[in-house]
Amino acid sequence: MRFSDTRGLFERNAAPLTDVARVMRNLNLDGPLLGGLLLICGFGLVVLYSAVGADVDLWLQQCIRLCIALGALFVVAQLPPDFMRRWTPWGYLTGLILLILVLVLGEIGQGAQRWLDVGIRFQPSEIMKLAVPMMVAWYLHDRQIPPKFGQLLLVLLMILVPTALIASQPDLGTAVLIAAAGILVVFLAGMPVRLIVLLILLAIPGAYTLWNFFMHDYQKQRILTLLNPDTDPLGAGYNIIQSKIALGSGGLFGKGWTNGSQAQLEFLPERSTDFIFAVMGEELGLLGLLSLIGLYMFVVGRGLYIAAQARDTFTRLVAGSISLTFFVYVFVNTAMVTGLVPVVGIPLPLVSYGGTSMVTIMAGFGILMSIHTHRKLLPH
Amino acid sequence: MMRLIAPIKDHHSEKRMFFGRVIFSAVAGTLLLGVVIARLVQLQVIEHEEFAEKSQGNRIRIEAVPPIRGLIFDRKGRVLAENLPAYQLELIPEQVPDLDDTLTRLARLGLIEESDIGRIRDLSRSGPRFKPVTLRFRLTDDEIAEFALQRPRFQGVDFQPRLIRHYPHGEIAAHAIGYVGAITTDDLARLPVAEYAGTAHTGKSGVEFRNETLLHGNAGHQQVVTNARGRQVPADPRDLTQTLAPRVPGEPGDNIYLTLDLDLQMVAARAMAGMRGSVVAIDPQNGEVLALVSTPAFDPNLFAIGMSAAEFNALQYDLDRPLFNRALRGSYPPGSTIKPMLSLAALETGATNLTRRNFCPGYYSLPGSSHRYRDWKPEGHGSVDLHDAIEQSCDVYFYSISRDIGIDRMHFYLDQFGLGRLTGIDLAGEKEGLLPSTEWKRGAFQARADQVWFPGETVIASIGQGYMLATPLQLANAVAAMATRGRRFEPHIVSAVENAMTGERTSIEPTPLEPVKIDNEFYWESVVEGMHDVMQGDAGTARAVGRGAPYSMAGKSGTAQVFSVAQDEEYDAETVEERLRDHALFIAFAPLEEPKIAVAVVIENGASGSRIAAPIARAVMDQHLGYGSNALQ
Repeated sequence: MRFSDTRGLFERNAAPLTDVARVMRNLNLDGPLLGGLLLICGFGLVVLYSAVGADVDLWLQQCIRLCIALGALFVVAQLPPDFMRRWTPWGYLTGLILLILVLVLGEIGQGAQRWLDVGIRFQPSEIMKLAVPMMVAWYLHDRQIPPKFGQLLLVLLMILVPTALIASQPDLGTAVLIAAAGILVVFLAGMPVRLIVLLILLAIPGAYTLWNFFMHDYQKQRILTLLNPDTDPLGAGYNIIQSKIALGSGGLFGKGWTNGSQAQLEFLPERSTDFIFAVMGEELGLLGLLSLIGLYMFVVGRGLYIAAQARDTFTRLVAGSISLTFFVYVFVNTAMVTGLVPVVGIPLPLVSYGGTSMVTIMAGFGILMSIHTHRKLLPH
Repeated sequence: MMRLIAPIKDHHSEKRMFFGRVIFSAVAGTLLLGVVIARLVQLQVIEHEEFAEKSQGNRIRIEAVPPIRGLIFDRKGRVLAENLPAYQLELIPEQVPDLDDTLTRLARLGLIEESDIGRIRDLSRSGPRFKPVTLRFRLTDDEIAEFALQRPRFQGVDFQPRLIRHYPHGEIAAHAIGYVGAITTDDLARLPVAEYAGTAHTGKSGVEFRNETLLHGNAGHQQVVTNARGRQVPADPRDLTQTLAPRVPGEPGDNIYLTLDLDLQMVAARAMAGMRGSVVAIDPQNGEVLALVSTPAFDPNLFAIGMSAAEFNALQYDLDRPLFNRALRGSYPPGSTIKPMLSLAALETGATNLTRRNFCPGYYSLPGSSHRYRDWKPEGHGSVDLHDAIEQSCDVYFYSISRDIGIDRMHFYLDQFGLGRLTGIDLAGEKEGLLPSTEWKRGAFQARADQVWFPGETVIASIGQGYMLATPLQLANAVAAMATRGRRFEPHIVSAVENAMTGERTSIEPTPLEPVKIDNEFYWESVVEGMHDVMQGDAGTARAVGRGAPYSMAGKSGTAQVFSVAQDEEYDAETVEERLRDHALFIAFAPLEEPKIAVAVVIENGASGSRIAAPIARAVMDQHLGYGSNALQ
């Protein structure tokens, strides 16, 4: 332990702690991050109440899911980062096996299969959202940073195998998120910029192959629709057109909570899930959206701060990747709803209706809190 | 050696590099979110107006409000067609959890027919899921009470109040008033679609059809709040409906007063009970149709309420053809009923005179031919003049003068009585009958040999047989012209149109037609006297019917041969025998001096005009002239 580190410790102790801060530290929680998350969730629940058409039962279900997710955050925050690192390869392997299992069972059952029914139904792809970046970070932890070319190839394989398995389910949205989470780790680990450029160049023939051999018609349609939504106003372009009308008609101040005609009269498809951002824009206006975006930026910023404060390669990379992946969520969803990128089916994190991804995201923030609060205990 | 040792991690440079990447990410992320925010500003601030308009258009739809259909009254203001509030049973497919189970249970309650389940199921699955499917058009009070108790068990099924066309007198005037039925795609092709956007029924026949534009009225409109699937959502006065334009109720259709006299119509319809045929009564002074009966009839309410395919087929394929309007479309050989008109033609053309007597041996042969045209009375009428020939309906007398008149002059005069041409009545679908002539025959046949007019055809034409065909309406119209001694009017059934809003009434004036060009009053009086004696003379064929009447009347019977029975229908022997009997016809008017009513009666396979048809004509005239023995309340 270096002197500078110990001094930091002493300084913290030297400052008088409030009761709340003490409780937080004892519970291994990070106050600012938790505060930001709770504000987003609270905002989300208010919007969701309107987006589900004031259906109290659905709304309460979401509240229960939020409690479960917060529980996951709390439990994960208690696990020391060292412990997590040791178990990372096993978690990754389990996730991989489950993904293959889903694929095999899916083929028997015919059609899209994302769920695995083991008492409770869950999606193995959710495990991978955390397991993939952690696995990459685990691999790079003991190695010299930036990684060498051969190591990079192995790392890319670690990312691409689960991504391909999930994309074939087919679940393009999750596949994009998992690939992003993995690649972000490599990027944060100092992958050379020229290699990134090279990969982008390689991506062009890759995209061509993907388009022609792997993508389903509905996925192709989504991209084509993005390019010109007005060609198919009642078909594939409908989502985007209605979403733009909702946002645009909301204006600066919005039509008022539960008064959005686009949302309440069911013009807006998937209003409580992927397009809830548009509901918010219609009812609460640009100012409402900017407040939410501000909260998201605060959470991401706090995450990056925690990453910067982290003491070793593994925690640093994991914390950075989790924060930036959360940003990717926010960006892809908002860009999709505003018609900037294709509709890939990524929910607005912590706001959209639905539980699985919320639990994963909160568990991710639990890891962040664990990393931040366990710093002083890390051996160096 | 260095290579064998694991490279030592340089924590400082690693951390510096990591900081660099984090800052790069933060900057890139901020820029990306900046793009999203710029996009939001574009949509929500710059293009806000445009999108706000689009969103208005999205949720508000203009919906037609159906106008209230005009009422139909008889000449004395009694209701013949009205609109009754009725409760209909509706099912909204998207709200029904288990369609099959729901339908089965409804059938068990007796609210729908077991046999209808399949049809309803198909209907429920074909249309938009939010659009109600009508299970029953009209529930009885008991059924409403019963269902009200059971309603919680039938999610998605409910009764709705609707206005349903109702004909209080049922089949009494079904063919005259007609009926409304559900709008079909064919109807939509001819109706102004926008006006009918909210209307479920349209006139299909009779007055209801002919006066559809007047009766329907103008649709109003209202703005309704809809969701993306076009479904109306309950308007919440708190917020969404504040900007809606007020409801424009539309204008109700005009009320229509008919020339029909309900009492007379009832007397005629009841007199015709159990028989196939038609009665048409006209006021000869103005062409007003006083009664128009075609039997067997049908209950027009069935069409308004809606009936099953089986019920409709039963009506459609009934051997007695209840849907067929015999008064306008039934074409019958007029038989001896044309004799008065032919007598006038004979007098006017000089083919005979009032004193000339011919001997009737019971048959007639053309010169140089041995073929015998028989009289209805085999032993003959002996020596008869024109008056006797009319009174006793002597066929031979008319056979013998027919060649002197000639078919084309027969055509010339009978045409003036309106035979062989449309009467112009304000009802759709009338037939023009057939009044033969040499010219007609040239055009009617393909083969040259068939185009020639034979003298024998003139002979049988003189007793209204052969090619000649007339509808009951034409016969009534013709006898009305006899009654007025040649003055003629277009028959009409609508007497006045009343604006339902202002009460302003517009009367339909009678349309005079070209009078019959026979000016010699003496001829008219002589022929009318012959007709009078048919009913009230010593030897008249219908003297039994005219006897003891407190007023004077004139009439003429007719009996028309039935040539064949349609081969494609299966009849049992008894039916065949019945359907090969002659048609019975009778025309009459009364009183003689100032005629108030002219009647034509046709009874299919009635065998005898004098015995079967004449009493019905008498009953109708009695009723109209105030001597109805069986006058109805």
